[in-house]
Amino acid sequence: MNFPVLSVITWSPFVGALLVMFTARRSPLAVRLISAVTTGISAVLSIVVYVTYDRQAAATDDAARFQFYEKVPLVPPLGISYEVGADGISLLLVLLTAVIIFTGVFASWTVKVRSQEFYALLLTLVTGVFGVFVSLDLFVFFLFYELAVLPMYLLIGIWGSSGEVRPRGIFAWAYRETGVGTKEYAAMKLTLYLLFGSAFILVGIYALYVSAGAGSFSILELEAVPFDPVLQRWVFLAFYVGFGVLAGIWPLHTWSPDGHASAPTAVSMLHAGVLMKLGAYGIVRVGMGLVPEGAVEFAWLVGGIACINIVYGALSAMAQTDLKYVIAYSSVSHMGLVLLGAATLTEAGLNGSVFQMFAHGVMTGLFFALVGLVYEKAHSRDIPTMGGFGRSMPGVAAAFTVGGLSSLGLPATAGFVAELLTFMGAWRSEHPWWLFPAVLGTFLTAIYVLRVVRAIFWGPPSPHFHDLPDAQGPEWVALVLLVGVIVVFGMAPALALGLVDSATVPLLARLPLP
Amino acid sequence: MSLPLAVLALPFVSFVLLAVVPPLRRAGRVAGGVSIAATAVAFVCALATWQGHLEGEQLVPWIPGDAGPMATVGLLVDPITNAMLVLVTLVSLLIQIYSLAYLSDEPSPALGRYYTYQSLFAFSMLGLVLSPTFLQMFIFWELVGLCSYLLIGFWYQRPAAARAAVKAFWITKLGDLGFVTGIVMLWAATGTFEFSTLFRMGAAGQLPAESLGLILFLIYLGAVGKSAQFPLHVWLPDAMEGPTPVSALIHAATMVTAGVFMVTRAQPLFALVPDLVWLIGTVGAFTALLAASMACVEHDIKRVLAYSTVSQLGYMMAAAGAGAADAGFFHLLTHGVFKALLFLAAGSVIHAVGTNDMFRMGRLWHGLPHTGIVFIVGTLALAGVWPLAGFFSKESILAAVWGAGRTGTFAVLALTAFLTAFYMFRAVFLTFFGHAHAGGHPHEAPWPMRGPLWILAILTLVLGLAFLASPPPAVEAHHGPGWLGPFSLGLAAAGLALAWAMYQQRAIAPASFSRVLAPIDFAARRRYGIDALYLGLYKGLILGFSKLIGLIDRYLVDGLVNVFSALSLRSGDRLRRIQSGQVHDYVYGVAFGVLLVVVFAHWWAR
Repeated sequence: MNFPVLSVITWSPFVGALLVMFTARRSPLAVRLISAVTTGISAVLSIVVYVTYDRQAAATDDAARFQFYEKVPLVPPLGISYEVGADGISLLLVLLTAVIIFTGVFASWTVKVRSQEFYALLLTLVTGVFGVFVSLDLFVFFLFYELAVLPMYLLIGIWGSSGEVRPRGIFAWAYRETGVGTKEYAAMKLTLYLLFGSAFILVGIYALYVSAGAGSFSILELEAVPFDPVLQRWVFLAFYVGFGVLAGIWPLHTWSPDGHASAPTAVSMLHAGVLMKLGAYGIVRVGMGLVPEGAVEFAWLVGGIACINIVYGALSAMAQTDLKYVIAYSSVSHMGLVLLGAATLTEAGLNGSVFQMFAHGVMTGLFFALVGLVYEKAHSRDIPTMGGFGRSMPGVAAAFTVGGLSSLGLPATAGFVAELLTFMGAWRSEHPWWLFPAVLGTFLTAIYVLRVVRAIFWGPPSPHFHDLPDAQGPEWVALVLLVGVIVVFGMAPALALGLVDSATVPLLARLPLP
Repeated sequence: MSLPLAVLALPFVSFVLLAVVPPLRRAGRVAGGVSIAATAVAFVCALATWQGHLEGEQLVPWIPGDAGPMATVGLLVDPITNAMLVLVTLVSLLIQIYSLAYLSDEPSPALGRYYTYQSLFAFSMLGLVLSPTFLQMFIFWELVGLCSYLLIGFWYQRPAAARAAVKAFWITKLGDLGFVTGIVMLWAATGTFEFSTLFRMGAAGQLPAESLGLILFLIYLGAVGKSAQFPLHVWLPDAMEGPTPVSALIHAATMVTAGVFMVTRAQPLFALVPDLVWLIGTVGAFTALLAASMACVEHDIKRVLAYSTVSQLGYMMAAAGAGAADAGFFHLLTHGVFKALLFLAAGSVIHAVGTNDMFRMGRLWHGLPHTGIVFIVGTLALAGVWPLAGFFSKESILAAVWGAGRTGTFAVLALTAFLTAFYMFRAVFLTFFGHAHAGGHPHEAPWPMRGPLWILAILTLVLGLAFLASPPPAVEAHHGPGWLGPFSLGLAAAGLALAWAMYQQRAIAPASFSRVLAPIDFAARRRYGIDALYLGLYKGLILGFSKLIGLIDRYLVDGLVNVFSALSLRSGDRLRRIQSGQVHDYVYGVAFGVLLVVVFAHWWAR
């Protein structure tokens, strides 16, 4: 048997978590080093598998789509096995996860309170994320999925920060009772929401398992089963709602702004950057992959809601005065683009969708890293009180600008390619009008992003803040790496798209398109 | 193709060096040296490309797809590219040298940042003119827009500059939405972004006839934004908040002409939709007149030049609308030279007196003779006085419009020509003659600033003489009637005379004119309310709507979520009370439960 490279990528952070818990007592530096090394191993190996994936074989041979394959039976009577493998989509997202967690470790270098537990939970969570992207067995997939979601509760509840939301409006009584604005509220809301989604996913998985009757949870085997069209519709809807919650579909998105705003830096990075993509990935891999007829049937719904997400998210982002909320709502808007691309059911659109998952992941990771830096130095997230930070923190300003430009889809950043492909797919889809909300969304994004850049970094220096230092030491690692990825993938999109294309074309070929 | 590639690569290398090597950038003048050296070599390469008639096309895949690449990028070199390469590198080079002195008071890191942006701009603009595909053109189109944003906001701590920068970005982006929508639709219909393929399909009648008009209209919207055509012209005057060399380079000589360049490049496609061509010409002529009228009432010398740029861009578009894109393009080239000259001369004036307000200048001729001479040369060229370069290009536009039988447009352009001469000489008299208002003793700028001025002034003159000796193709192609030359010279002379009478001799009080033309004067001073309209739409529609959505999200959508949450908390709280700890409560409960079971079983058995 070959070297189990995907397992090593997946479990290396978990081993790191164990090491952190048991060996690194009272040594914050050791905690960070262990975290950096174990996630570094994942990062290096992700690049290795990314580069060595055999695209030619995948294009010619359907069986070679999932490479680096491993299978270990776990519960043979029930057909549960630990089965992993990766195609172009998985590989790009594994790479994204590796980049974000590796930089996240550096971005949260300065966490002081109980850093040992913090890093241990963070690393456990990452194992869950890697696991979701590589598993080919629905049961194991679901286990990893929950593993990725649950530590979030503790991470936000313990290390998060509370904001101030004044209860107002006709539902003010409800806000008072739920304790809105506190980190405990945000953690609970996020967890309950995602578990609500998980329930749907679980139902969908069992429906497929039972009706296939083959006694197997393997995605590869279930792919070959022609499910009943009616069942396919219901199961797709279950998957769409279940995964969609995590992808932030409207109107089930309100956990995300509260959760992202309350979460500590690395958690926001990971959550907005990677976890929301788990939702989109689930819809593509499990929804489109296993119940293709349902996906075609409900493309209008997925795309329509995605259009609402794009415009509504952008307008909401514009209305915020809390910096973290702006970024969080921008994620809602961009996840709309991800799902819109997928809903077009075209090669260009789906490639754009996957590329957008990557591009948005990196850029929002960068954003949250920067917001964390600004917050740590200025102890404020209130945009109206800020101003003129460009002079005191030029590095942060430059990186924020690059992230913002990628967000509004400026060419030579990864965001542009993703948006362009989505546009191209939209106009070639069954619903060409999707192009217009998508294009409008980029304009609204340009408005709120540049407003924020101007309000924070430009203008005369704000009297409220003094002696703000620029990014320093390990923080630069995160910024430079993320900015570099955005620009390099923006200028040479073929680095990702060749691989992605080799995975999306077979996926689309299986759809019963009219 | 290695020479054109070098032209493109040199500024890019300089940009990357300055961007990723902070010590180099922070060294300020050294960074300037790097950028200037790269641009100088690029200029030489561009000259060689032009002289060697190196023409051709090269494409490489950019976005892969299952059935061949979805998009390609590459280089396209043809005569119009060659001319643009020379213009862009030359003006960039001169302006970068000029800036070294103009911005000498800036701290080193800021100067380094300036040259980083300048290198990026040179790269982007060259990439734009070398584009063989619509997509690549759009990519660089947005990048030059980015540079414009960054350079307008160079003094980002000034609120006015920060405002102007975002305004420029947003307004041009509005046009770019059309551009990107158009090229996406074109791709969906044809499967390609490449000009050569599209031209071939157009010639063979393979383009979708019914949607082509809409597609090209959307693409043209991009040019409306970038080339500041009505109604998206409002960003350009505000863009003057940037440093003057930036205004000269980006907002006069090169970037703003991208729209005209695009229309010229895609001429074979636009020609397929005559209605759209008519629209382009009409909007162009209207823009020319509108902007000229606003220039007549402006106090700020840079804004006068900005409106004049808008007006001249309208001229070029009017030529394209008369089916003579070559004449428009020719005017683009000559205008690039003498408008850069005018801006740099204005910069020299501002450098000397420290204000932009022409009514606080006057009599600067004595302190600034060099600047005065070159400014007048530029003014004469812009007014279209023989034998300067501007005369020939303006003449060929007028001839083409007349030749196309568009009398209305011709009349508007003729009126604009008169106004152009008037407002430019108004600026000359207010700035260099009349009474002195500026305090102190203004004196000439150092040679790094004066040198580029003279080079451009001599070029304006020499180009004119060269055109006299051997008329360029655009002039050959558009021969007007014999009276046209004297007629346009007469217009220029009339404008000069009126400005002289009003601002030099004070024989006619400007106020009396304002009274006669009261409504126009009133409206022009308020920019015809267009800026206010945009501001109202932005604040009222976009921000207002976003506020509404924000409230809905926070208090309705999320409110309902919290209602569910609060209700479950409440019901849990109520149900909790059942568990009171009192044994008899539980006994009642058990008894009630047993009763229920019995009743249910009875009912079930029935």
